[in-house]
Amino acid sequence: MLWEEEDTRPYECDGLTAYRQVPMVVALPETEEQVQRVLQTCTAMGVPVVPRGAGTGLSGGALPPGNGVLLSMAKFMRILRVDSRARVAVVQPGVRNAAISEAAAPYGLYYAPDPSSQIACTIGGNVAENSGGVHCLKYGLTVHNVVRVRGFTMRGEAIELGSEAPDAPGYDLLALAIGSEGMLIVVTEVAVKLLPRPQCARVIMASFDDVGKAGQAVADVIAAGIIPAGLEMMDQPATRAVEQFVGAGYDLEAAAILLCESDGTAEEVEDEIARMQAVLERSGVARMTVSRDEAERLRFWSGRKAAFPAVGRISPDYYCMDGTIPRKRLGEILQFIAQMEAKYGLRCPNVFHAGDGNLHPLILFDANDADELRRTELFAAEVLEKCIELGGTITGEHGVGVEKINQMCVQFQPDELEMFQAVKAAFDPARLLNPGKAVPTLARCAEYGRMHVRGGKLPHAELPRF
Amino acid sequence: MSLQTLQERIRDAAGRGAALRLRGGGTKDFYGNAPRGEVLDTRAFAGIVSYEPTELVVTARCGTLLSELDATLAERGQFLPFEPPHFGAGATFGGCIAAGLSGPRRSSAGALRDYVLGARLIDGRGRVLGFGGQVMKNVAGYDVSRLLAGSLGTLGLIAEASLKVLPRPPSELSLRFEMPEERANEALNRWAGQPLPISASAWHDGELHLRLSGAVPAVRAAAEKLGGERTEGEAFWTSIREQTAPFFGGPEPLWRIAVPPPTPPLGLAGNQLIEWGGGLRWLRSDASPHIVREAVQRAKGHATLFRAAAKPAAAFAPLDPVLMRVHRELKAAFDPAGIFNPGRLYAEM
Repeated sequence: MLWEEEDTRPYECDGLTAYRQVPMVVALPETEEQVQRVLQTCTAMGVPVVPRGAGTGLSGGALPPGNGVLLSMAKFMRILRVDSRARVAVVQPGVRNAAISEAAAPYGLYYAPDPSSQIACTIGGNVAENSGGVHCLKYGLTVHNVVRVRGFTMRGEAIELGSEAPDAPGYDLLALAIGSEGMLIVVTEVAVKLLPRPQCARVIMASFDDVGKAGQAVADVIAAGIIPAGLEMMDQPATRAVEQFVGAGYDLEAAAILLCESDGTAEEVEDEIARMQAVLERSGVARMTVSRDEAERLRFWSGRKAAFPAVGRISPDYYCMDGTIPRKRLGEILQFIAQMEAKYGLRCPNVFHAGDGNLHPLILFDANDADELRRTELFAAEVLEKCIELGGTITGEHGVGVEKINQMCVQFQPDELEMFQAVKAAFDPARLLNPGKAVPTLARCAEYGRMHVRGGKLPHAELPRF
Repeated sequence: MSLQTLQERIRDAAGRGAALRLRGGGTKDFYGNAPRGEVLDTRAFAGIVSYEPTELVVTARCGTLLSELDATLAERGQFLPFEPPHFGAGATFGGCIAAGLSGPRRSSAGALRDYVLGARLIDGRGRVLGFGGQVMKNVAGYDVSRLLAGSLGTLGLIAEASLKVLPRPPSELSLRFEMPEERANEALNRWAGQPLPISASAWHDGELHLRLSGAVPAVRAAAEKLGGERTEGEAFWTSIREQTAPFFGGPEPLWRIAVPPPTPPLGLAGNQLIEWGGGLRWLRSDASPHIVREAVQRAKGHATLFRAAAKPAAAFAPLDPVLMRVHRELKAAFDPAGIFNPGRLYAEM
């Protein structure tokens, strides 16, 4: 247990540093029994608990409670079992994402979801956020690759969701827990699916002289019946920032580049790369380079994976958005973001999981300038609300946390928010586990003044508004 | 039929405390515990709402015929990768999601729940609630739409849903091997750990059938590597998916047993057909439900009493008290009057 401020201070925020709160106490349990006792004690005392993995989350999901316990799972670092025959790894939640694939590598297996932060982020955090990665169009998100979790309810009851046998009986509570932002249960063990590592992979770096053309090319690839292993887009401001940082070999003259990856057997990859090149030609690609070897492939990806820190070097601070839109609306959202850059006087490079419509515009600002921070938040709110308007969502993979809680009022109706509250109560009736995150109260929505108005009728007109 | 009509029917039933039996084509009436209540027929609320092949998303109303949806996707070279069983020409989209069943491709492509992107639900108070959406990645709010997959209509009426779809594999071929059960299980688990394009497997009575799907060169190379005898695949895999193969025709109760795929033979009396690389074991057996469930539980699996003239036990493996409490609380949140398909999933709810 840590309670001196010099010890608890490092836990004051996660990857969303704009929100900070020093926790009253930090608990670092090492065993399931200790986790259970922390939860039982806090339940008995009515004290809130916030679970935390590596603290790489980008939406403030692990923002500590000032009046409660920050439950760090950092000491749950053991890989309990790698079962190569069943293609399952059973690990503790504090195990790093990349460490699972490292442990599975001797068997020719790996864990597919690969968020950019995979060298640091933990599987427990991935479960909480339903993390994706650059290969999730083909291989899915955390929810598609975790088969079972074990843990405790806030009351300290042991609970196991899912199963290593397919299709566990009853409701799919595993799906509910994954992406629940640590608000339903505390996870102490995770069983993940391992896949055979593809024999080979190659990536095409395709340059476009127009961002809209690049967007159309993405749709054309998919229309041709191809599901690339990875399909990423970066605009010129993003490639230029990255190139200075890691020297990925990107085409800096291009308005946008696409990275299109194919994996599988050597024959399969050769065939698919040729088909993708043909489609990209027809879509008006300006130039194409195909990775010649594994080193070059990794170099092309290193730029994409380092996009956030690279942008961090050209600006004192950046604010990463995470909206998702139907792919066909890409042109519209990029145009809208360009308008917002002009409106708020802030720059915004774009990196984009193009294959699944997940945008990561990065607004550059200086947090020491209060007005820039204010403008950044307004900029981000407008972009997220535009994503909803275009038929998308405010968060594709980073979670709502504390960051996007107001936009939840726009995306959902009061009845739906109320149902989310009821879902939480089914697991945590006292609402002590990670309270105040992800799902806004109706009163908060009323305060934000953006409650969804349907048919001209303001819902819950009886609520006070200020 | 309009959404309002369905909402009114539900509000009316809730007001009277009358149980409703949500029903599409009735092709899965046998699944779960015996249905009861007034039939609420969903078939008139039908139609594909939107389908964008380049977005890989289809949205349809519950009453849409599964066959119509398959045909629409096929026109654009796409399909539902989890290959849901229809169990009859009348199978509907809503029933398919409520049942949550996946077909032979489950072990390679994933389950139905893996493809659910969003849903519109009428809850027990007659409210229309939307969860998820039409995009691949969406973590706003709890994943309620995925929760509906396999909920057997006990949480509400799934009025509309959006699923991810995929392009059909460019090539497929099927192989047959002579192999006893243990050797087949060993081979299937070994192959599954290698980058081979195996998209389905079925073992029965000393014969192992495999289907390979993928790019032409990958399928060709795998077929050469694996050996075996080429067979006419499509009709065979349809007969497995639709349970029209002779194995499924016997009089004994049919158990659907899910176990971790490498599990050795369970040694239960009866006749077996094994799918999903060893993970799904259909068993026709008169063995006592108690004995079946105990053996399967020891193997860390679960046994569903799938089809039987009169089910001698609860359809689904029992839940521990904590899970059952969460189930009941969720049920109460979505369906406070307890009107939707009561008892169909578990007698307690």
